[in-house]
Amino acid sequence: MSAANTAKVAEAQRRAAAERTRQRVVRIIGRNLLYLALVIGTIIFTIPTVWMLSSSFKETAQVTTIPPQWIPNPWKPDNYSTSMAQFPFWISLKNTMVIEIGVLVGRLLSASLVAYGFARLRFPGRNALFIIVLSTMMIPYHVTLIPQYLFFRNLGWLNTPLPLIVPMWFGGGAFYIFLLRQFFLTIHREIDEAARIDGCGYFTTFWHIILPLSLPALGTLAIFTFLGEWNDFLAPLIYLNTRETQTLAIAIRFWQLLAVGIAYQPATLPQLMAMSTIITIAPVLVFFFLQRYFIQGVVVTGVKG
Amino acid sequence: MASQVRMRRRHWWQTLAGQEAIAGYLAISPWIIGFLVFSAGMILYSFYLSFTQYNIVEPPKFIGLANYTKMFTRDDLFAQSLKVTAIYAVAVVPLGMIVAYSYAILLNQKVGGLSFWRTCFYMPVVVPAIAASYIFGWIFAPQYGLVNGYLRSIGIQGPGWFGDPTWALPGMVILALWGAGGGLILYLAALQSVPTDLYDATKVDGANAWQRFWAVTVPMTSPVLLFTFILGIIGSFQAFTGSYLLTQGGPLNATLFIVLYLYQKGWQDLSMGYAAGIGLVLFTIILILTVIVMITSRRLVYYAGTD
Repeated sequence: MSAANTAKVAEAQRRAAAERTRQRVVRIIGRNLLYLALVIGTIIFTIPTVWMLSSSFKETAQVTTIPPQWIPNPWKPDNYSTSMAQFPFWISLKNTMVIEIGVLVGRLLSASLVAYGFARLRFPGRNALFIIVLSTMMIPYHVTLIPQYLFFRNLGWLNTPLPLIVPMWFGGGAFYIFLLRQFFLTIHREIDEAARIDGCGYFTTFWHIILPLSLPALGTLAIFTFLGEWNDFLAPLIYLNTRETQTLAIAIRFWQLLAVGIAYQPATLPQLMAMSTIITIAPVLVFFFLQRYFIQGVVVTGVKG
Repeated sequence: MASQVRMRRRHWWQTLAGQEAIAGYLAISPWIIGFLVFSAGMILYSFYLSFTQYNIVEPPKFIGLANYTKMFTRDDLFAQSLKVTAIYAVAVVPLGMIVAYSYAILLNQKVGGLSFWRTCFYMPVVVPAIAASYIFGWIFAPQYGLVNGYLRSIGIQGPGWFGDPTWALPGMVILALWGAGGGLILYLAALQSVPTDLYDATKVDGANAWQRFWAVTVPMTSPVLLFTFILGIIGSFQAFTGSYLLTQGGPLNATLFIVLYLYQKGWQDLSMGYAAGIGLVLFTIILILTVIVMITSRRLVYYAGTD
């Protein structure tokens, strides 16, 4: 009887040990498959950028080899200087920065002021107006493309940065107002009420209390704005038609049409990739160095970038 | 008594509440002006324009509904642009979500070097559209491109991609999927906030990993899935840069997106009235789709704490 029991216990222990080993094997296999999937996915998602960077330093003869020669040999950095000499590179960079700064300042100032009104001040019709703010988020930019173009054309603003900057000084977009309002609501009311008791007016409170406390949120929105304007293509394409006023993206497009052509040829690929790299540097640097704020911002705001 | 009299004589704007209201209206005045001029004003102007024939040079000529009748009965290119954009959206939005969501689930398994993987996957999102278009124009170049080069080395003749009416739109879809990492960060945050006791509870009930995924993970992250779905639809109906740079809508109008068609009508044919009408149709489509998604998803989406 007891001998039979011992045998049963030993059998159960053996089974349990076998089960544990099986689970461990499954787990190890699973882990390895997991990393394999990650490595494959990462390679697929990284290759285009690496290929762009590597091709931008190559000679014509090297760009079409399969498998690609990832480290260029010989090294040919003058793809950059040659292309940059073929169009007003620095002027277009300056134009881009003028628009960036104009939009950043206008959007952050006006969106935060409007958001302050909606978050802190009580006035008749506030909720109804805020619902209108939210509903304008549904209006796609392209609906107003034609009328805005005609409007700014009548003002004589074509080939100036004004059509791209000025609308941003009027609230900066419903989404930004909404996000800043949500952020202001998380600031304790006691803080600005204390300032009010000390004799600050509403706008002094906004400027000296609310804005300084909102720098993290403003920073995140500044990153989004910077990337969005840098990437913008359609609006500058419509409004800026002279070499002296074009943004970097548009200037590169027109340089491509003239110097590279529509039918891509290996002879011009290194230069095309050099200019693609040039326009990619700024957003990638912003992303790398401000990644933590950026990712927090994406999570909080739900913007996909 | 005297003070009461003074109180009564005060005007509304001299009271504390009045002062606050005035400050409030002042604070939101930039938005009010912006809304009246750039949103409401422009949409009304758009309506007006869509009933006219307007080539910028001559003054607008009122033609009633002619633009819309032409759009929906005789304009094959408009029908083509609707079809192309719809196919593109139906392919890009779910595929992009599946790619990003699976990746987020992989990254949520307590992997080492999380920020490295995340950075690699997210970086294409910040690559400007113009650079991404040029890169993929080359990767898919029929003769010298990377993809067809590899295909040739294993004995397969690759298609003409952006030069081939059948493959140009799939090429655009792949270009868009390269930027699918945008959803990853949102999904990862949502997955990390799923309470672990829910998983423990289903484990006790004997659910396997697959059942746990469908019973816990998907429902708990469904608000974020809905959110990215709506944004994805709105975004892909506004696709422009890739086809403008790579194909100009061709070959054989295979990549003629609505916004590209609007651009061509407005700035190449100078049919401003017609283009304004296209913009309004696009607006209506996006509005209807968003409302449909919101209504149908009410049954499918789980919001914690709302029962």
